Amino acid sequence: MYRGGEGQWAWILHRFTGLGVLLFLVIHILDTFVIVFGPETYDKVMALYRHPLFRVSEVGLAAAVLFHALNGIRITILDFFPEWSGRQRQFFYGVVAVFVLVFVPSAYVMLKPLF
Amino acid sequence: MKITLRVKRFEAGRDREPYWAEYEVEAEPTDRVLDLLHAVKWHQDSTLAFRRSCGHGVCGSDAMLINGRNRLACKVLVKELGARITIEPMRGFSVVRDLIVEMEGFFAKYRSVQPYLIADGEPPANERLQSPEQRAKFDDTTKCILCGACTTSCPSFWSNPDYVGPAAIVNAHRFLFDSRDQAAEERLALLGDRDGVWRCRTIYNCTEACPRGIEVTRAIGEVKKAILLGRR
Ligand code: FES
Repeated sequence: MYRGGEGQWAWILHRFTGLGVLLFLVIHILDTFVIVFGPETYDKVMALYRHPLFRVSEVGLAAAVLFHALNGIRITILDFFPEWSGRQRQFFYGVVAVFVLVFVPSAYVMLKPLF
Repeated sequence: MKITLRVKRFEAGRDREPYWAEYEVEAEPTDRVLDLLHAVKWHQDSTLAFRRSCGHGVCGSDAMLINGRNRLACKVLVKELGARITIEPMRGFSVVRDLIVEMEGFFAKYRSVQPYLIADGEPPANERLQSPEQRAKFDDTTKCILCGACTTSCPSFWSNPDYVGPAAIVNAHRFLFDSRDQAAEERLALLGDRDGVWRCRTIYNCTEACPRGIEVTRAIGEVKKAILLGRR
């Protein structure tokens, strides 16, 4: 493993969260497609989503979307303002801070019905 | 202090797989990693192969992967690394022998950006004048010593060896932002192509790897912007 800095970790996370969101989209397209087998089948499949396991993965999805979005903004800013490159590390920690601020309360709200 | 030096060794055409060799070396904390390699080569195992020339961070011969990061062996001191030091050849180039990698592809990309001043028309009687402000625009990228540390720290380069790479872009930047140069269009066309600057994912490994402290990612960003906005 190359011991890169914050930028490399941000990039790796960006890839993984991107793939995670893509995986969700595929599943989502498939589950919507189930409607062609009639409303009853569709409802049965949808009921699966109420399983706690799905709830938890939904929190994971929210985390993935949130990080991917925030880091995407970071990269866009740094690409348009290369002169701020010297502060890329602070930008990354900014992303982490905003992520925690938004994610923790959202996760709480999402998981609350489970308990 | 006693140093345990682990070196990834391989000889093309002889070994089937790279293997790790371990050496015990006595060293001062202020010794350079290059001194350790010399100690091994001169007193323990003369078959160990590596490149070096100036020994002072100027020629760019001895970039290698030291404790997981690209560094010049002649610039990094033992005290920065501790008693266990691991050395591997730079990633993404094929290994010729031990720490010596094949760099012809790297230099071919360097040449492809035409890293020299191109100015048509009659040369002026005296020098081509330039203001300090104009000079400052590309000052950072004049410092490159072509060691390969940036290019071989780049994940985009590892996964796509056709990517022109940070080093070539730095050297293109050197002339793109030089007010005396007139070949920007050709260089930007090359760098705006599939395997040009857009392979860069703004990861910053190159900036952190550069032994000369060049803000490589910033230079790449400036070239991206020049292509996108059509001005420099
Ligand atoms: S030997 Fe010349 S740069 Fe290290």
